[in-house]
Amino acid sequence: MEGKLYLYPVWVRLWHWLNAMLCLLLIISGVSMQYSDPQYPLIRFDWAVSIHDIAGIILSLSYLFFILGNLLTPNGKQYLFRLKGYFRNIAKQARYYAFGIFKGEDPPFAITEDNKFNPLQRFSYVFIMYVCIPVIVITGWYLLYPEYFLHDIFGNRGLHITDIIHVVMGFLISLFFVVHVYFCTIGKTPLSNYRSMFNGWYEKH
Amino acid sequence: MRRSLYLTALLFIVILLLLQHQSISSQTAVEEPQRVYEFLDDNQECLKCHGQAYYYYYNDWIERDVKERMNPYRIVDSAQFYESNHWNFRCIDCHSEDYSDFPHPGELRMEPKYECIDCHGGDEDYAQYNFEGIEEEFHKSVHSSKHSADFTCWMCHNPHTYEINARSNENMKEFILYDNEICLSCHADVSKYQLLTNLDNPNILDKHGWLPNQGLHFKNVRCIECHAESNEILVAHNIQPKEKAVKRCVDCHSKNSLLLASLYRLQFTDERSIAGFTNAAMLEEAYIIGANRNYYLNRLSIGLFGLVLIFILIHAVLRMTLKHS
Repeated sequence: MEGKLYLYPVWVRLWHWLNAMLCLLLIISGVSMQYSDPQYPLIRFDWAVSIHDIAGIILSLSYLFFILGNLLTPNGKQYLFRLKGYFRNIAKQARYYAFGIFKGEDPPFAITEDNKFNPLQRFSYVFIMYVCIPVIVITGWYLLYPEYFLHDIFGNRGLHITDIIHVVMGFLISLFFVVHVYFCTIGKTPLSNYRSMFNGWYEKH
Repeated sequence: MRRSLYLTALLFIVILLLLQHQSISSQTAVEEPQRVYEFLDDNQECLKCHGQAYYYYYNDWIERDVKERMNPYRIVDSAQFYESNHWNFRCIDCHSEDYSDFPHPGELRMEPKYECIDCHGGDEDYAQYNFEGIEEEFHKSVHSSKHSADFTCWMCHNPHTYEINARSNENMKEFILYDNEICLSCHADVSKYQLLTNLDNPNILDKHGWLPNQGLHFKNVRCIECHAESNEILVAHNIQPKEKAVKRCVDCHSKNSLLLASLYRLQFTDERSIAGFTNAAMLEEAYIIGANRNYYLNRLSIGLFGLVLIFILIHAVLRMTLKHS
């Protein structure tokens, strides 16, 4: 197809939307528990706990699916990068978003089948998928079964510190979520990137 | 890079261990002055039989020593007694001196039993415990109103073994267990439960099946946190009917947690927030989602989130206006 690249195979799209739905449910139910208030409940506390637990367990499974998919298909290579000189590329991409985009400049890094993320995307995706999500999944399982795991070693403080790490990671993921939703409007048209995550075809600028 | 990662992980573990060490050391019990037992010999006259599973006496009729089994409901564990609140009492302070006769006179079975208020009521030395308040709350409770005079203090507080806990035991897990065992001594024992009712004893685990992390709740809060109404007395005695039990999670899992007025009442006389953690004294014993949020982290997160939204808004507006121009 002219001006289009098939970048997102079916499994990536299915995983992506499932992951997005789960993250949204987890963020809303998590915020509701963190800021629980008898007068102004966002979601009833026990419902929020159930939603958070179920969505968290499914997210853990979907994360395993994501890791397996990346190990078994070429998609995994998209998350690899050389550290040397990488931050210069990130700065170049950031400069484009901060200034170049308003002047009508072309993006500094062309999107191809072998290079479907720009440097800033790749860095943030790696940080979210390989740092934040594993940490939040592990701490989440600990919070789900606090009487097991590390309790004997770290006691109540362990639970406390684990929850802080869990909440901080959740906050970073929610920031990423908002920024991701906005940056996806930067495409050929504001909706073209959303469309591509449904049909798999990326529309070139 | 790898070395700095290892160092960070090591530092994190060391901090956790140090924090845990602090929490253990803060639980060390306060040294109590050495007890001087004045009535060991007097009490031994009773405990030589009532402190044992078997007792011996000389039977004049058959003219020989007899070994008999002690009625299990009349056994007093001497070790527990001398650890209890009433450790320096003589048996005859509360029981008739006529028990010194053996066989005990039959009419002594009708001996009325003192209740807490009979000795502690109006006594300045015990004013801090507010026995009058406890008495008043108890009479409002479902225990008293449903069972009237049959339900006395002794149903829950065995005068031969009872120890105050909430005030004196710094190990919160221990005093929670102790207090919950008092409730379970009837509610998990059908023979004692049916002393006062013909109903079947409800299964505690089934009835609390709705409670997430049931085991964790049972270990970290007392039954009375949800089943009693708190007021100015330290340990709530106004046990509510089951329909009035606290069932909304958010009543405890929120900034103004109910636990502040019950389980953590003693800890919250002064400072409620340490290093930005709301209700920080709770953190020594447990971590309660919703009740232990951190002021600074919350402000920081709201600030950062706001900045990101402002950035997005400005970026979007600039994109639209510059594109149109």
